[in-house]
Amino acid sequence: MNMPFYVSPEQLMKDRADFARKGIARGRSVVVLSCNDGILFATENPSRALHKISEIYDRIAFAAVGKYNEFENLRVAGVRYADLRGYSYCRLDVTARGLANAYAQTLGTVFTTESKPLEVELAVAEVGFTPDDDQIYRLSYDGSVADEQGHVVMGGQADALGTRLAEGWQAGLTLSEAIRLATRTLGAVGGDGLLEPGSERNLTPDGLEVALLERARPRRAFRRLQGEALLG
Amino acid sequence: MATTSALGGAPRKVYAMICDAGRLADAYLRPGSSSFLDFLSDHSPELLPGAGGNLAQPTSETLSPHATTIVALAFDGGVVMAGDRRATSGHMIASRDIEKVFAADDYCAIGISGSAGMGVELAKLFTLELEHYEKIEGSPLSLDGKANRLATLLRSHLPLALQGFVVVPMLAGFDLSRGVGRIFSYDPTGGRYEEHEHHGTGSGSVFARGALKKLWRPGLTASDAVRVAIESLFDAADDDAATGGPDPVRRIWPVVATVTAEGYRRVPEDELAEIVEVLVAQRRQGGRQA
Repeated sequence: MNMPFYVSPEQLMKDRADFARKGIARGRSVVVLSCNDGILFATENPSRALHKISEIYDRIAFAAVGKYNEFENLRVAGVRYADLRGYSYCRLDVTARGLANAYAQTLGTVFTTESKPLEVELAVAEVGFTPDDDQIYRLSYDGSVADEQGHVVMGGQADALGTRLAEGWQAGLTLSEAIRLATRTLGAVGGDGLLEPGSERNLTPDGLEVALLERARPRRAFRRLQGEALLG
Repeated sequence: MATTSALGGAPRKVYAMICDAGRLADAYLRPGSSSFLDFLSDHSPELLPGAGGNLAQPTSETLSPHATTIVALAFDGGVVMAGDRRATSGHMIASRDIEKVFAADDYCAIGISGSAGMGVELAKLFTLELEHYEKIEGSPLSLDGKANRLATLLRSHLPLALQGFVVVPMLAGFDLSRGVGRIFSYDPTGGRYEEHEHHGTGSGSVFARGALKKLWRPGLTASDAVRVAIESLFDAADDDAATGGPDPVRRIWPVVATVTAEGYRRVPEDELAEIVEVLVAQRRQGGRQA
């Protein structure tokens, strides 16, 4: 007969975190960065139908890495949350902060109470009317939230790419500069590890999923960038 | 990679998880349809238009102001929809500048006549329904899908229609698959009817439709069609007390929108002012009496 034996809470949480981290690190990275024209989202994604970047509300978008079925479920929940809130109050009352909080609670509860944590990492971003008002929140599998300043990389080799992105990023980038920076960052991951600066892979628009929360657009600011728009 | 994790690495700026919103309720995370209406009826039925129980007696129509005439007509490459700006409460004018034509999405316009409060709410819910579907599914509904969805919405409103809060919407959209503008009219039970060439609803529609019959012709351009729409509303306002004509004193013009392959476009005020000016000058010619 199996005897239940004691597992310390530290060990339990660590095991879960390792499990989730492994799942998230397996996929391709997503890059989110603020620029003059808005907030840019980019990732390598050969599929035109299964999106990792999506519209949530007028000025709010969502990006995710990890298990598709899990973040898709959270995305739909986010759209429902935003639409219901906007319908019962006013469109201006839907904020990225509120949504990030709701996601954080959900992720945190699942992490501590369910048998398996969600293997996802999310970014929720809201484009402001000036670049200073941009908000980018990054949510981890355990429900922790980080308020990122200007840029973030999630999934894959997020740490290394994050450093690359931070080196190239500055306030006041134009859209084409931002697209070039994003693709260069994504292209820095080769078949066996990180490539040297200057020798990044050249990514073609076909394999990229890119979207912009366009600052100057009235009402629904989200638009996908495809084909020639990406050649900058 | 866990720079922000509560367990490993140094967090840059980790917020304490204190918020009043709480976690997303199960209803949000449950797999379901792409319809906002379904979600709302399931999760928060109290927010549906007309929720709050049935009224015991059929109510007087004066409880809610009445929105009146809407016209729509097709032209080469699209469709125009226009609505006057008056709402009435019995014999009184409840509003001179109410708007009854809305962009339901990039490729269709919805106009409402009947009970104003309910109609505006219905248009808002329908707009959200289309946007919600588009966001969840990643692609918009077909025009027929949109028209059917509006019929369903209207059917769920039937108990209120029986209480006297009748809403009669009209839908005009550009069918991207066929490349033409199409018009749909409805009855209060949710009946959906596709109209050809032109149509009107609301109290002044008898007169507006008479005018449309004479003014509409095949091969109209967008600007001709806008002029025809305004002229038909002018005729409706001439004979129907509940329809407001153009008001040059306050500079209130009908709401006119075109929907083409380029999308929804609301005709700007100065363009409308010019058209009205020409129209009034034409009618003044020869000192007409009737």
